[in-house]
Amino acid sequence: MLDPTLDAITVDGVSKRFGSLQALNDVSFGIHQGEFFGLLGPNGAGKSTLINAIAGLLRVDSGKLSILGNDVRSDFRAARQNLGVVPQELVMDPFFTVRETLQFQSGYFGIRNNDKWIDELLDQLNLADKADTNMRRLSGGMKRRVLIAQALVHRPPVIVLDEPTAGVDVDLRQSMWRFIRRLHAEGHTIVLTTHYLEEAEELCDRIAIIDSGEIIALETKQDLLDLGLGSKLLIRATRDIETVPLELQGKVVRCEAKDLELSFHRENDSIMEILDRLRAASIQIDYVSVVNDSLQDVFLRMTAKQGGS
Amino acid sequence: MNWIACYTLFRKEISRFMKVWLQTVIAPVVTALLYLLVFGHVLEGRVEVFEGVSYTSFLIPGLLMMTVIQNSFANTSSSLIQSKVMGSLIFIMLPPFSEVEFFLAYVGAAIMRGLAVGMGVFLLAVFYVKVPIDNIFIVLAFAILGSYIMGALGMIAGIWAEKFDQIAAFQSFIIMPLTFLSGVFYSISSLPPIWSEISKYNPFFYMIDGFRYGFFGQSDQPIMISLAVMLVAALVLTVICITLFRSGYKLRDA
Repeated sequence: MLDPTLDAITVDGVSKRFGSLQALNDVSFGIHQGEFFGLLGPNGAGKSTLINAIAGLLRVDSGKLSILGNDVRSDFRAARQNLGVVPQELVMDPFFTVRETLQFQSGYFGIRNNDKWIDELLDQLNLADKADTNMRRLSGGMKRRVLIAQALVHRPPVIVLDEPTAGVDVDLRQSMWRFIRRLHAEGHTIVLTTHYLEEAEELCDRIAIIDSGEIIALETKQDLLDLGLGSKLLIRATRDIETVPLELQGKVVRCEAKDLELSFHRENDSIMEILDRLRAASIQIDYVSVVNDSLQDVFLRMTAKQGGS
Repeated sequence: MNWIACYTLFRKEISRFMKVWLQTVIAPVVTALLYLLVFGHVLEGRVEVFEGVSYTSFLIPGLLMMTVIQNSFANTSSSLIQSKVMGSLIFIMLPPFSEVEFFLAYVGAAIMRGLAVGMGVFLLAVFYVKVPIDNIFIVLAFAILGSYIMGALGMIAGIWAEKFDQIAAFQSFIIMPLTFLSGVFYSISSLPPIWSEISKYNPFFYMIDGFRYGFFGQSDQPIMISLAVMLVAALVLTVICITLFRSGYKLRDA
């Protein structure tokens, strides 16, 4: 029985440099057991370097990484036994069939006679009819599903998915997420990196944003959305808007005919005050709506701020 | 030691070369037989290296060992470079293999391919010419040690290389010259003294010479010296391979 107080993944003061590039700079955080955790960041931010370090695929310069309390170097057997990784690239061994691939992968983790679980995985991932097909003959989406099956073949409690839906069509993406959600509901810890921020917003409990090798935000999804504290005020006037009051001009995002879109800060600005100023300028309001920032808005704002510093 | 993991990787490596058996087993056998037919036909009756041994009979152990060592080298080196280039190395790097399990699996499969190809050459050669076997244990010991050493050398090349042409260069500029200059086609005692002396610094010479002793009971060097050189080479290469894997050199630092 696992100690529930242990973090599924612990990253402690990890740094990694490739030549002049500081890929990871003193990164520390923990991922709790049973979490659906999102790791987001622009290209080249250090996401894959971090995932590879967690998976033991590269050696870090300093710091420690552990999976369920097992150090990825000194206790690599227990660490890797507890971890399943779906790599970003569509890699495969072209010599073997899907079933052979999964049987070998089971054996690598010391598991014999794993056909029952392999059949279940094939079934769940809609690959049952491709079990005896050579890997070379599979479509990209099917190869992606085999990679997921390979990561799960030893039933790891912690699963890392490195951009698993890149290049995958909408139907397949939906069915993959249904399956991953089921694994999460069964108690697996899921770590996801993705470029589709709506996926992270929909699925993840907690999100870290990494940029230039540093964690720039690590919050629950709601806290992260609140962190932006940004919203948009969409206003439709009864007539075309000719002039926006001077004191609101800095907030104008768009002004076209009767439509006015203003940005506002939920703590510093008052909607009532904005509306009063518009009325004072003889703009009669037909209706008003408020749209909160999406994760994408927050992400773009945070990474842009970081990039500009 | 996780024997299931080690055995699975060993079985997968055998499976890999058996899936393309025409290229990995039959083709080298045919090449060796062509050498045998051509050199045997041209030189039979003109050259007698060992007393009472025809040139074609003399040639067979050399060709056999040459085929064994080239294929053992090719097995580990090509498997690793293919996995690296295609990205499938990740499937070996993610599971909890220790360096010893990894080494034994790859070198074990290289020995199996070396022996499979060697057996093929031998079975076809005995139809062509009488091949005496003086001591089967020495023949087997040298075949296994030779393919072990070359499997380990192939592993080092496979870990070091990043492109297919680097493996090809390793084969063309190191393995082939050392093999051809090791006494496959001649006895080093027939060379001018200086070349005969230089040949003694070629480790491949001891593989061929000791192996040949198992067939004819005669060799250029005492059998125990050849055996000692082979054992030292095997030990040194084992330590290098295990150290490389443990350090993650070009495997985990990409």
